[in-house]
Amino acid sequence: MKKSVCLYFQVHQPTRLRQYRFFDIGKDSHYYDDFANRTILKRIAQKCYLPMNELLLEAIKSSKGKLKLAFSISGSALEQFDRYAPEVIDSFKALAETGSVEFLCETYNHSLASLGSAQEFKHQVTKHKEAVEKYFGITPKTFRNTELIYSDEIGKSVYELGFKTMLTEGARHIMGWRSPNYLYKSDVKSGLKLLLRNYSLSDDIAFRFSDKGWGEWPLTAEKYLGWLKESEGEIVNLFMDYETFGEHQDASCGIFDFMKALFRLVVADADLEFVTPSRAATKHRPVSELEVPEAISWADEERDLSAWLGNELQQDAYNKLYALEEKLALADDAALWADYGHLQESDHLYYMCTKFFSDGEIHSRFNPYDTPYEAFINYMNVLSDFSIRVDNAVAEK
Amino acid sequence: MFGWEFPPHIAGGLGTACEGIVKGLAYNGVEVLFVMPKASGDEDQSCATIINASDVAVRGVSDTVEEFLDKVKFINVDSNIVPYVDPDEYFEAIETMKKNHVRQTSVGFGQKFQFSGKYGANLLEEVSRYAQVGGTIAMEHQGEFDVIHAHDWLTYLAGIAAKELSGKPLVVHVHATSFDRGTDDMVDSRVYAIEKRGMEAADRVVTVSDLTRNIVINKYGIDPAKVVTVHNAVDFSGRDDISVERGVKDKVVTFLGRITFQKGPEYFIEAAAKVLKRTPNVRFVMAGSGDMMNRAIRQVARLGISDRFHFTGFLRGKEVQKMFALSDVYIMPSVSEPFGISPLEAMRSNVPSVISHQSGAAEVLKYALKVDFWDVDALANDIYALLQYPALAHFATTQGFEEVNSLKWNNATAKLKKVYESVVK
Repeated sequence: MKKSVCLYFQVHQPTRLRQYRFFDIGKDSHYYDDFANRTILKRIAQKCYLPMNELLLEAIKSSKGKLKLAFSISGSALEQFDRYAPEVIDSFKALAETGSVEFLCETYNHSLASLGSAQEFKHQVTKHKEAVEKYFGITPKTFRNTELIYSDEIGKSVYELGFKTMLTEGARHIMGWRSPNYLYKSDVKSGLKLLLRNYSLSDDIAFRFSDKGWGEWPLTAEKYLGWLKESEGEIVNLFMDYETFGEHQDASCGIFDFMKALFRLVVADADLEFVTPSRAATKHRPVSELEVPEAISWADEERDLSAWLGNELQQDAYNKLYALEEKLALADDAALWADYGHLQESDHLYYMCTKFFSDGEIHSRFNPYDTPYEAFINYMNVLSDFSIRVDNAVAEK
Repeated sequence: MFGWEFPPHIAGGLGTACEGIVKGLAYNGVEVLFVMPKASGDEDQSCATIINASDVAVRGVSDTVEEFLDKVKFINVDSNIVPYVDPDEYFEAIETMKKNHVRQTSVGFGQKFQFSGKYGANLLEEVSRYAQVGGTIAMEHQGEFDVIHAHDWLTYLAGIAAKELSGKPLVVHVHATSFDRGTDDMVDSRVYAIEKRGMEAADRVVTVSDLTRNIVINKYGIDPAKVVTVHNAVDFSGRDDISVERGVKDKVVTFLGRITFQKGPEYFIEAAAKVLKRTPNVRFVMAGSGDMMNRAIRQVARLGISDRFHFTGFLRGKEVQKMFALSDVYIMPSVSEPFGISPLEAMRSNVPSVISHQSGAAEVLKYALKVDFWDVDALANDIYALLQYPALAHFATTQGFEEVNSLKWNNATAKLKKVYESVVK
C-alpha cells in the first residue's frame, strides 16, 4: 500500500469590524469595515487564491487527476468572494469539476459555536453544508472545525450531524508517543475517524519555508519529498491555511514553484499517493481510539483554546455573545441572524488575545488592532448595539 | 551623584526618582556619594553618603579652577526664572524662601554658600554656585568615585565642573527638558543653554523614555550613540493601602496633575462631555491646580457639565492616594510627558488608566489603555468602555497592578550600571 499524502487547505476571511465608537450605539447598525474587507480580499485574491487555484488546476490536469486535495472555505469567505471577487468562486468551481478536490464542511462563520451552543453549532454546520452544495454542487462528507478545534464532546456532536471523518491537530500533548501519521477514531463515537495534522511537516511549508534563519533553508521539493518518504506511518496530513501560498509566503520566495515541483515528484513517486480526507478514511484502518477530554486546536504552542478564550476579555465577549441566542431565536429576524453569524467569527476573539506579549509574531500579523483593549472595546460596542436591536425586535413580536 | 533634592524634603518628582535610583544602585553594588544643595540631615543615608553642598567650602585650588569657576559664575540671573516644577510648588517655594530667606552676600573662595535647595527666584544663581561647590567636591573626593552622575539641568553645571576638575566621565540624566515645561516657541533660552551644554559635555546622556531621548537627539542635537533610555521605575515599599468611604454612588473618572498646557486638561474635559451625553451615572474630577485652571472651569461651564465635573484644587501626600482610592478610571492625557509616574500610582491603587501615547509611561505600561492626546473621541470611547464593560476594567486593574509592581528600580539601575561601565575606562 502506498503511503498517503493528504492535503487540506483552509480558506477563510473574517468580516472585519469598522471602528465602532460608543457614540454609534443605538444609532448606526452597520458594523463592518467594507473598505478594508474589500481591499484585503482583492489583494489576497490576486496574490494567492487566483494564481494558486490556477496552479492547482494545471497540476491536477497534468497529473491526470492524481493530484488530490481538499479545501474548506468558510461561509464568511464565500460571501466576500461573491461580493468583491466572484472570479475566485469560478476558479474554485473549476477545481471542483476536476473531481480531484474535496470540499469540507465547517461552521459557516468560522465560529466557536462548537463550544458555545449545540443549537447554533448545528445551525451553522447546516448552513455551511448548504452553501457548499449551492456553490460547488458537492455535499460535504468530512468535517473540519474552526481552527481544527476538537474534543470528545465535539466529535460526538459532529458524528451526530452525520459526518464520518473529521480533521484535527496532532497535538503533542494528546499524542504522547503516538504518531499523527495513522488514522485514528473517536474515543466516544467509534464511527468517527480522525485525521491528524502533522504539524512539523505542515509548518515547514506554512511557517518556515521562507525563513532564512531556519537550518533547512532553502527548502527544495526534493528534500521535502525525502522527508515525506522517511516519515513513519501510513498517512502524512499536511493541513494549512491556503493563504500560505502567495500571502504568508510571498511568491518571490519560490513557494509556487516549490509546490508545483512537489506535486510532480509525489505523483511520480512509486511509494506515495495523494488522497482526499474522505478517501484516507476508507483506505486506512484506524489504529486506535484517541481520547481528547479537553479541546485542542492547531493554534500557537499550546494547541489549545487560549488564543480565543485565554483571557477574561475574550471570555466575557464570548459569553455575552452566546447569551443572546435565546432572544435571537424569539426575534427570528434574517438581518439579525446574519449579523449574529458575523459576530461569531473566531477572529474577533483572536484580536483580543493578550498572549501577544510572548507569542506575538503570528498574532500581530493578522490583527487590525493595535492592542487587545481596542479589539475588545470595539467589539463590545458593536455587541451593545446588536443587543439593543435584539431586544427591540423581541419587544416588537 | 549630583541631585537637587532628596526625600523626605521634596517639592517635585525628581527627589523621589533620585532616591529610587540610589537605592537601586546600592542593590546593584554601586556606591553613591549623593551631593545636594541643602541636606536637612534626616535623609535616609543607608544607601548613599549624602554630602550637603551648603557645608562645603569652595577653595581656590589652582589657576585652572579659578578660570573655570569664573566661567560658570556668570550665568547669573536674579529673578523671573522658569519654575522647575509645579506652579503651586513654585509659589510654595517662594513663600518658604521669604520666610527663611538666606541672603548670600559674598562670593569668594574659602566661602560656604547657603543654598535654599528650592526652586525659587534666585535659582539660576544657585545653580551656578552649586557648580562651584560641585567642582570643589570633585577635587576633595577625587579618589572615591569613578563616574559623575548629574540629574537634570539644575545640576549639569556641577557635573561639568566636576568632570573638568577630576577628569572622570560624566553621565547626565534627563528627567525633563525645557520642551516639556514650555511650548516650542516658549522655551527659556538660559535653561536650554545649560541643558545643551550639559548634554554635550556628558559622556552619556540617560533619558527617562524614548520620547525624551528623541527630544534630546532632535532638539538638542546630541549624538544618538551616546543617548540611552533607562525607563523610570517606582518604589511602593513602605506604602500603606488606604481605604476610603465613598460619598457618591456614581463612577468617578479622575485627572490628577498640574492644570497646564502640557497635561492636556482640555482634552479630558471634552471627553467628559462626550461620555456624559451617553452615561449619566458618572462624575469627573480634575485634581490639581495650575495656570489653566480658570480656563478649565470656564470650559466645563460652557459645556454645561458643571454638575458632574468637580475641581479639587491642589492635592498633596495622603490626599493624592485618597483621590486614587475614590477613582474608577484614571486619565493622563498629557501633550508631552517625559515619563509620568501618576498612572503607575493609579494602577497600583487598582485604578485602570488611560494614558496618552505622548507620555514616556506609555512605553512601559502594556496594560494601560492608550490614545493620542488629541483624539478626544478615542479617549471618550475608552472611558465609556471602562465604565460599561466590567470585564475590561477588571482585566486592566488586575494586570495593571501586577505590571506596576514589576517595574523595579533594581532592574532600571542594573541598566544604569551598564551605562556607567561603558564610560569607565
